[in-house]
Amino acid sequence: MAVSSSAKSIQGKFKTLRTVEFRGETTLYVESKEIHEVARFAKEDLGFSYLVDVSGVDNFGDEPRFEIAYELYQFDTGEHLRLKISVSEDDLEVPTVSDLWPTADWHEREVYDMYGIKFSGHPDLRRILMWEGYPFFPLRKDFPLAGRPSEMPDVAFSSAAPLAGGPFVTVPSTATTKDREPRSRELE
Amino acid sequence: MPEISPVAYDSKIEGNIIFTRLDAAMNWMRKNSLWPMPMGLACCAIELMGSACARFDIARFGAEVMRFSPRQSDVMIVAGTVTYKMALAVKRIWDQMPEPKWCIAMGACASSGGMYRSYAVLQGIDHLLPVDVYISGCPPRPEALIEGLMRLQRKIDTEPALRNQKPELFASLNA
Repeated sequence: MAVSSSAKSIQGKFKTLRTVEFRGETTLYVESKEIHEVARFAKEDLGFSYLVDVSGVDNFGDEPRFEIAYELYQFDTGEHLRLKISVSEDDLEVPTVSDLWPTADWHEREVYDMYGIKFSGHPDLRRILMWEGYPFFPLRKDFPLAGRPSEMPDVAFSSAAPLAGGPFVTVPSTATTKDREPRSRELE
Repeated sequence: MPEISPVAYDSKIEGNIIFTRLDAAMNWMRKNSLWPMPMGLACCAIELMGSACARFDIARFGAEVMRFSPRQSDVMIVAGTVTYKMALAVKRIWDQMPEPKWCIAMGACASSGGMYRSYAVLQGIDHLLPVDVYISGCPPRPEALIEGLMRLQRKIDTEPALRNQKPELFASLNA
């Protein structure tokens, strides 16, 4: 499928690093400094009035390490467009788009909460799921699934969860399903 | 030869007076009017609502008065996943409940963190509160909750009404 006319007009106006077509979905990689201008153009001139989602990606080990994906939707034509920017670990600050789409407010707070990427110009950049003062960014790849202990007296605390050897966990082995499945077991 | 009448019932003073132990009377009253504090945090709360409705009817055991005010509650039913962000709020509500009080950990998550072995979930409410009854299941059926409630009633029946539940008051009476 050919690149959509909306994508072409963005390519003509801004510097696009890469364009990916996959099963009719267009993804444009743009400069992270330019994301606000690209988003404004997409919204005001191309009619992408709906920001479906903003999500962060951690490509741990790559440089630049993080990506942010903006999923846009055009109500009149039913067209989707995905914008992606790369964020280096050394410069974890990108412009906000919450002045264009108010829904980006909470999406960007979630990206900040989970990855620690700051959005300059955001009206209220606080954590949204974890509490203020929690010292980690849990969706980064180098953060263990079990979590890490943290302590804030009278506010919150956390401790690492037992991932193996607990009373209700799957036992990795070649035994039968009955022996492997999570069930109540005595702790040794 | 007159018959020796049993102490607990004397037909001469009608059936209006019975003799019993203080512990037994208090426990009888307590166990049959357990007012729950419904700490509904996840899907277990749906089963908790189900057990309060007509089909299962937790009112048969005196526990139908769901009080969302901790100061009027006797038993906290922790129904659902306790996240770290919620944990201290649960503890605070527990601290607001007057003695004597009991706690039921309903379902796998409240008992042990359940399937959530994760950075965000407290691995069992017993890290914060003293739990009297754990109910297995994900979520437990209303029958299981009612069984847990009946076990709690049996537990209350065996407790010394004052000594265990009001240790400070009991110590001051003895002094």
